[in-house]
Amino acid sequence: MPSTSGTPLRVALIGNPNTGKSTLFNALSGQNVRTGNYPGVTVEKRIGHSTVAGQAIEWIDLPGTYSLVPRSPDEWIAVDVLVGQNVAHQPPDAVLCVVDASNLERNLFLFTQLLDLGRPVVVALNMMDQAERHGISIDVERLSDRLGVPVIPTEAHRRVGIDPLAEALIRAAQSNERAGVVPFPEELENQCQKLETALAAGTASSSTETGSTSQTPSLPRFLQLRLLLDRGSDSLRHTLDAKYRERVEPLLDSAHEAIDAARIDRASVEAVSRYSWLNERLEGVVSRGDRPVGAQSFQDRVDRFLVHKVWGTLTFVLLMLIVFQAIFAGAEPLTAGIEAGVGWIADIASGVLPEGVLRSLVVDGVIAGVGGVLVFLPQILILFFFIGILEDCGYMARAAFLMDRLMARIGLNGKAFIPLLSSFACAIPGILATRTIENRRDRLITILVAPLMSCSARLPVYTLLSSAFIPSTTWLGGWVGLRGLTVASMYALGIVAAVIVATVLRRTMLKGETSPFLLELPMFKFPSPRTVLGRMVERGGEFVKRAGTLILAVTVLVWAAASFPVNGEAEKAFQTRLDELSVQAEAATVPADQERLAGEIDRLEKTRQSERLRESALGQAGQLIAPVVRPLGWDWKIGCAAIASFPAREVIVGTLGVLYQLGNEEDENSQGLRDAMRKATWDESDQKIFTVPVALSIMVFFSLCAQCASTLVVIRRETGRWSWAAFSFGYMTVLAYVAALLTYQIGTALGG
Amino acid sequence: MPTSLAQLPIGSRARIVSIEGTDSTSSRLLEMGLTPGQSIAFVRTALLGDPLEVEVRGYRLSLRKTEASRVIVEPESASS
Repeated sequence: MPSTSGTPLRVALIGNPNTGKSTLFNALSGQNVRTGNYPGVTVEKRIGHSTVAGQAIEWIDLPGTYSLVPRSPDEWIAVDVLVGQNVAHQPPDAVLCVVDASNLERNLFLFTQLLDLGRPVVVALNMMDQAERHGISIDVERLSDRLGVPVIPTEAHRRVGIDPLAEALIRAAQSNERAGVVPFPEELENQCQKLETALAAGTASSSTETGSTSQTPSLPRFLQLRLLLDRGSDSLRHTLDAKYRERVEPLLDSAHEAIDAARIDRASVEAVSRYSWLNERLEGVVSRGDRPVGAQSFQDRVDRFLVHKVWGTLTFVLLMLIVFQAIFAGAEPLTAGIEAGVGWIADIASGVLPEGVLRSLVVDGVIAGVGGVLVFLPQILILFFFIGILEDCGYMARAAFLMDRLMARIGLNGKAFIPLLSSFACAIPGILATRTIENRRDRLITILVAPLMSCSARLPVYTLLSSAFIPSTTWLGGWVGLRGLTVASMYALGIVAAVIVATVLRRTMLKGETSPFLLELPMFKFPSPRTVLGRMVERGGEFVKRAGTLILAVTVLVWAAASFPVNGEAEKAFQTRLDELSVQAEAATVPADQERLAGEIDRLEKTRQSERLRESALGQAGQLIAPVVRPLGWDWKIGCAAIASFPAREVIVGTLGVLYQLGNEEDENSQGLRDAMRKATWDESDQKIFTVPVALSIMVFFSLCAQCASTLVVIRRETGRWSWAAFSFGYMTVLAYVAALLTYQIGTALGG
Repeated sequence: MPTSLAQLPIGSRARIVSIEGTDSTSSRLLEMGLTPGQSIAFVRTALLGDPLEVEVRGYRLSLRKTEASRVIVEPESASS
């Protein structure tokens, strides 16, 4: 009977990329998931908990990998966890191997390696529905029989097979039966046996010598094979305990000689043995309509079109344009709705709260700041929606295929394309996605240029400035607009900058050969609404959380910096003058006088507001850097906003709101920030601050600047050094300044 | 006549003879199922002729010409 003890069963999930492992993990562990990082390295650790049939289970999600031979950090972690070097320093009670039912052979290669770890294994035959749709049928019972482990068909995205899978895992974990392993050529097996014997002898002698009772568990067959087959690779340093090394190292030279003498090719023997074992086992288990190359299945026709030299490239460009257009046109009504809602809440707050510091904090600080960011939620959701569809249907890999040649030019490979594309949503997931790039230099370059991709937090800046200052000219029946083009060119600017920076880095600081590019092109499938919407909601939720915490905090800080300190004497003088004017206005009887006095009060009030701001901490900082930003066409308020945006760039919209609306409080007819900015003039003149070159120079600055503390922290974590984070910050800030300077100066010279 | 995968005409089929080299690229190719004796089909190339798309063990894989040139194959007569 299943144990009823409180200690949870520990189950590790592993599988190839594109097997739906994450979806299965979510289905198994429900909502109860903790994410973090493995100590020392920066591979994401996801652990979930659930209870099945009275048994508590801890689910450990391992990174997707094709093989356990450790080469990349992802693979090191997977091996460490599976042999019990990491996470509670105990191997898991059972291992769940997730495989794609439509691609059994290649997927089961990893499974054969898992057998060599000596833990109970259960196979989840995922995406069964898709396999059936492609005419592939699998005799599950026979497969389970041949592999010697339970095989459970699942459809993770529809939550089919989840309970049977969990139950099978519980049974497997409690059983002492182990499946047979893939046999290797005789001499290799002999050498494995020798290692085993040597270790056993060593354990016995050492425990008698020291009298310690601690037992050295025997070395899993998988690690024995690593020692015998790929010695010299640095992989073992990460997986092998020093105590093993001492004991087995002296044996290795003669073992290698013996293996070579038996004419066993150490490079290929593992793959050849495992695959031929699998071929044998899968005989008569999988049946698929054997179609010759060039046969026109639907899959082929779609593929042929989407990666076609001309049509595929055109489709790619068109897709990107459609996404941007949808972000603009599609989000409009939703954005307007949120704007109205925020305005409504601000009105209520203004009505309830007495005039003073508190009202200013709530209305001008909190509501204006957070509201100004939330307004962009619809656009961000639409972007994530499209990225989700492209990811889930299998197009992303085709995009990498199409883009590889281009990426190779700048010394990167097609795999860098996906992290960079994700960086358009947010650099943080983009940087995390670089973990699939094995070559350290390639990975570092990708990390360093990823923040140049225009993330969703830049979108508010682009939208605000382009909708306020770029003419709304459209062509082709409204499908192509000047504003859309402006924003698209900001995205293009980031890409061009990334290309230049990557090329320069590759030729200077990070020289080296380009790494291999091996990419699976998964079968096309109809994207699962649950997966796409789930990811969209998850990522949108993260954005809202950010808006609700970090951005709120920064907004309040900025509000405080913009409101304090107050110059008491100047305030008093203003108040006295205002009181005088009010008395005069009340006494005035001639309408012309009344009007004149009202105008004077109005002007005085505005001057007071702007003086207050000038006296404030933020204002002083802005004025301090005013001479520096003047060549960019910026006034000190824009300088203030730029300073305030360094922790998180999406703050700029809220900051500009505080800065420009504080000076226009009395204007009840204000149409919001856009109008306030359109009306803004240089101090004591009628000259408008915001011209087209100024708006462009701000956009360019924000497109290239490293204004995101979280990204810098992630860069530090992923590269292991603060110096790379500092380097990113430094080069991006300089680049942003120079580019904004050129934009404004050239734009002005051209008569903008 | 053995030749390299990179030199095959598009749309042709071949049998893998060996993978050259003993570095991480060659072991990656082997792990992805490109083992000696395995049948492989050259499906197409991307824009500008690189990378290549091949079909092996029932799935599609993309690899660059430089990697493909290390896959030594024996061409098979084109199947109908």
